[in-house]
Amino acid sequence: MSQTAVQIDQVSKSFRRVKQAPTSIKQRMTNKLRRRTLEYDDFWALQEISYEIKTGTSIGLIGPNGSGKTTLLKMIAGILRPTTGVITSRGRIAALLELGAGFHQELTGRENVYLNASILGLTKKETDAVFDSIVDFAELHDFIDTKVKFYSSGMYMRLGFAVAVHVDPDILLVDEVLAVGDEGFQRRCLDRIQSFQQEGRTIVLVTHVVDQVRDICTEGVMLLNGVVHQTGTPETVVREYRRLLLKEDVPWVAGEPTRDIEIASVQVLPPEGRTLDDVEPGDNITIQVDLKASRAVEDPVVAVTLHDHHDVLEYQESTASLGANLGRIQGARRVRFVLRWLPYTSGEYFVTVGVTSRDERTLYDLAERSGSFSIPVQTNKIAVAHIATDIIVEDAT
Amino acid sequence: MTKPQASKGEERQQAATRPLLDSPPVATSARTDRTTLRTSESARFGLLTRGADIWAYREILVNLIRKDLRVKYTQSKLGAFWSMLNPILYLAIFSFVFTVVLPPTIPNFPVYLLSGLVVWNLFNGTLAIASRSIVDNTSLVKKVYFPKEILPLSSVGVTLVDFALQTLVLIVFMVVFGYPFLGLNMLLFPLALVALVLFTTAIAFWVSGLNVRYRDTQHLLNLVLLAWFWFTPIVYPAAQMEKTLSNVFGVDLFPVYLVLNPVADIVFAFQRAFYADPTPMLNGESTDVLVSLGVGQLALLMVAVIIGSAILLRITWKSFFKMAGDFAEEL
Repeated sequence: MSQTAVQIDQVSKSFRRVKQAPTSIKQRMTNKLRRRTLEYDDFWALQEISYEIKTGTSIGLIGPNGSGKTTLLKMIAGILRPTTGVITSRGRIAALLELGAGFHQELTGRENVYLNASILGLTKKETDAVFDSIVDFAELHDFIDTKVKFYSSGMYMRLGFAVAVHVDPDILLVDEVLAVGDEGFQRRCLDRIQSFQQEGRTIVLVTHVVDQVRDICTEGVMLLNGVVHQTGTPETVVREYRRLLLKEDVPWVAGEPTRDIEIASVQVLPPEGRTLDDVEPGDNITIQVDLKASRAVEDPVVAVTLHDHHDVLEYQESTASLGANLGRIQGARRVRFVLRWLPYTSGEYFVTVGVTSRDERTLYDLAERSGSFSIPVQTNKIAVAHIATDIIVEDAT
Repeated sequence: MTKPQASKGEERQQAATRPLLDSPPVATSARTDRTTLRTSESARFGLLTRGADIWAYREILVNLIRKDLRVKYTQSKLGAFWSMLNPILYLAIFSFVFTVVLPPTIPNFPVYLLSGLVVWNLFNGTLAIASRSIVDNTSLVKKVYFPKEILPLSSVGVTLVDFALQTLVLIVFMVVFGYPFLGLNMLLFPLALVALVLFTTAIAFWVSGLNVRYRDTQHLLNLVLLAWFWFTPIVYPAAQMEKTLSNVFGVDLFPVYLVLNPVADIVFAFQRAFYADPTPMLNGESTDVLVSLGVGQLALLMVAVIIGSAILLRITWKSFFKMAGDFAEEL
């Protein structure tokens, strides 16, 4: 029943970086005359990648910048050739690597829809059939006969996406294009992708917004330095990816937890009279960590971080950096971090807690994203920081 | 395309509620059975498979040509008149030089000039656009998969439209000078046009691929084309060229010229087709204007050019195809 949509077999890709490659016939001639040989080095963007993408699955491809995600996508699409290995694909492929590929400034929206649709593989007849739907989706009824050079960048992107979601591929390759437009538009984009899934189409999605992988995909693939680092359910792959990001930020996430001390629970407590969804700037937040040591451990350190919804590290502190000493722990112990006076005007923040040895070499336990709180957007405060400010007004004579 | 058209647009939602799991939509479609293989080697070059690939993406070709024409013509108030203005301007300048400044040697000069100039403009115009066609469409080449041949082919398409418009100007002058449109010589026109398009396409593939690696190809090309123009009898009598070359230190180099300059061969055929009379009357005497080849000989020459161009096209197409796999990396 489950067919293979894309079979990736031992695929490697190297880019030859030639130092001062001749870019003109003149240069080539002079190089020949001077008998200059070219220096180059090979950069392996991908090495020995093997993966089978089944028909009807949605693969989330994640990894840090430069890990080879886009290169892999371009090879599946046929834009780049593998250096070694074979990619076999079945069915019509549409690659959304750039919204509005081939849009021409001097053409109207209507003309560009037909041009772009043909580039994405639709025939004229097929485009005719979905044209109204494209215009509805982009919400550009009044501007469809205006040249796109007069469009705002938002309108341009919307039109590009509207065409893109109306293509009729068996395999859809999407590269970082979902983060377009306002929230309502994004919602419809996601709906559209979900209906693609229901129709049994195969989707490969490259994204930095890893929550999308969890929400949309059925499988996750994480690339790291050109090799497949991990595959599996979106949850496990996203967790591994977050862990990698965390590792770059905080030194104590190293190796597997030994579980000599376990984090029994992490509780984020809002200030009195409020809920965690309704925290206000300047409030206090308490992070309460319950530890349980199965055997006696000398002098552990509890560390806490806050990340925002873009996985940016906003805050980190530990009992060691705060000058507290936990001493010898056996059995249960409770540690409370009271974060006084939150300096944010809005946003959602995620709490991660770790327990390590004092030299930070041994990780006892890690509780990633074990809690969160959010500060609702306040219309009169759109800046990032909330700073306690005193006002002093006096006569300056 | 056996996929039901009903699964389009808004109806797609309904399509999704059908029992898809019993019959996966991907298994029934003819086109989805197409398996694509991508390896380090470019696929084996076969004219049939390349042709089929381009045919499958013909909509892009048509739309790119349409785009170029739209951009070219809707931006200006004069529109399509611009491409007719070029031969008219040439006509004015060369008529002034060759009938006023210099003693006139060619009767009905406009018809003579235009019958060669339409050939040259198609050749020259295509190569100018084709040499930049890959580089100018970098974003497409790097972001979308399609047969890259479409880019140089679209430049041929665009200049063919100009060619048609400029031929209209030629026909107007033929009417003005009372030329007949019927005659055996007119049969040379379709034959020569095929030869022209084949030869131009062959060179277009070559320069467009080369310009990706060596960006000064287009500048070098301009110089070559300038020299080529004056070595081809378009503004001066073809008979003059034949006479000069047929006795170079006692050696007849004219056959060599016919082999080395296929554009001139095609120009000769066009001139014979439209200008018709090789030795028209000038001031009461007959004067040699066209080459001394007969209609039959020119027809044979065109067949030879067609065969030669077809062989050349296969060579340049193959080399273009081999290079095309690396375009996305080299841009």
